[in-house]
Amino acid sequence: MISPEAVQFFLMLLRKESGLALDESKKYLLETRLEPLAAQEGYASINDLYMAVRNTNNSLLRQEVVDAMTTNETSFFRDRMPFDIFKNEVIPDLIKRNERSRRIRIWCAACSTGQEPYSLAMELASMSAKMPGWNIKILGTDITEAVLKKAREGTYSQHDIQRGLPTPYLIRFFKQSGMNWVLNSDLKRMVEFKRLNLLSNFSWIGQFDIVFCRNILIYFDVETKKTVIGRIGGVLAPHGALFLGGSETLLGIDNPFVRAGGMKGKYYHLNGAPAPVR
Amino acid sequence: MKILVVDDSRSVRRIMGGMLSKMGHEIFEAEHGKEALEQLKAHPDIGLLMLDWNMPVMNGMELLEAMKKGRDEGPRPTIVMCTTENEMSKIVHAMTKGANEYIMKPFTKEILEEKLGILGIHGEDNGA
Ligand SMILES: C[S@@+](CC[C@H](N)C(=O)[O-])C[C@H]1O[C@@H](n2cnc3c(N)ncnc32)[C@H](O)[C@@H]1O
Repeated sequence: MISPEAVQFFLMLLRKESGLALDESKKYLLETRLEPLAAQEGYASINDLYMAVRNTNNSLLRQEVVDAMTTNETSFFRDRMPFDIFKNEVIPDLIKRNERSRRIRIWCAACSTGQEPYSLAMELASMSAKMPGWNIKILGTDITEAVLKKAREGTYSQHDIQRGLPTPYLIRFFKQSGMNWVLNSDLKRMVEFKRLNLLSNFSWIGQFDIVFCRNILIYFDVETKKTVIGRIGGVLAPHGALFLGGSETLLGIDNPFVRAGGMKGKYYHLNGAPAPVR
Repeated sequence: MKILVVDDSRSVRRIMGGMLSKMGHEIFEAEHGKEALEQLKAHPDIGLLMLDWNMPVMNGMELLEAMKKGRDEGPRPTIVMCTTENEMSKIVHAMTKGANEYIMKPFTKEILEEKLGILGIHGEDNGA
C-alpha cells in the first residue's frame, strides 16, 4: 500500500514537473503506474521509490516517475475532423494569405510518438501540387524523450498504422520492414522533433501559422491551462489557427481566442484576427 | 447500414458481426465469395462488405473480379478487406482490384471504427 506521504509527494511532483493535475481519488493510478517502475528500478515498494526520489537529487529517477505517469495515447488522423478542417479550410486560406512568403510553420505542442505531425505532413504532401516550392516546416515537441525517439525513427507497428491511417496513405508514404512500417524519408524530413515542457516559457520557439495542442490541456488545472493557452497565443501569427482535442474547450478560461469554423469546428483564431482571405 | 461479413471462419464472423451490430448496423453473413454474391442478389441494399481474402469455393480476390464484371447491375457496395495477408504487395493488389480500405488481422474495435470512419461510415448510436 502506498503511504499518504508518498501520495502527497508524487501528486506535488507531477503538478510541478509536467502540470499533470491529479487528486487523491487517482491514487490507484499512481499505484498501477509506479509499482512497475519501482520494481524495474530495484525498489521493494512504491514507498521505497518515494524515499529514493525524495532523498536523492536523482533527476533521472524523477524524470522516470513523470514519464511513467504521462499518457502517450495517440493515433494517425485522430478524430479525423481537425485534419479535414486543416486540409479544406486552414491550408487553402494560408495558401492565399502567405502567397508572398510561401512559408508555412506548424507546431504540434504535445506530439507523443509523432502520428499527429506526420498526419499533417501527409496531408501537405498530398496537396504539394497546389504549393510548388513552398517552404513548409512542422515542429513536434513533447516532454518525454522516449516518445520523441520513436517519433524521429518514424517506425510504427502494424497496430499503429491501422489506427486512423487511410490505406492509400500507407501505400504512398510507408515502406514495410519486417514486422514494422517505416515512413519515407521525404516525409520524415518535413517534421523536426524537439523536447519541450509546456510549463516552461516557450516564447523563444518562434511564430506559427497553425498550432495543434491536442489532448494535453485535459491533464492541466485551470491556472496551468490559462498560462499555456496565453503563451500559445503569443507564438501564433495574427491570422493563425489553434486546434484543441475533441473533449477540450477554453470555456471558463480567460483566453485570447475566439472559436472559428462554426459550432462543429473545433478550432480557434486569436481575438481580432483578420478575416479569411476570399 | 446493411453490412455483409464474408469470412470462412465462424468466430471471425461472430466477433466482427458483434462489433458492427453494436455500432448500430444490420449484419449479414457469407462463408465465401459465392455465397456473398447470392446474399448481394437477395439484399441489393447491402452497403458494405467486410471481405476476407483466403476462403474456399471463391476467395476474396475472385469476388472482387466477379463484382467488377457485374458492375452494370447497380451501385457497388463499399468493400473493406479484412485478412491476415499483411504484405505491402498484397495490400496494393487488393486496392487496385477495387477494395476501398484494408484491415490486417488481428484488428481491434478502434481499428474497425476508425477504418469505417475514413470511409464516412459512422455508427448509429444505439446507446450500447
Ligand atoms: C495523450 S498524448 C496526445 C498526443 C497527440 N497530441 C494526440 O492528440 O493524439 C499527450 C502527450 O503530452 C505529453 N505531455 C505531458 N505533459 C507535458 C508537458 N508539460 N509538456 C509537453 N508535453 C507534455 C505526453 O508526454 C504525451 O505524449
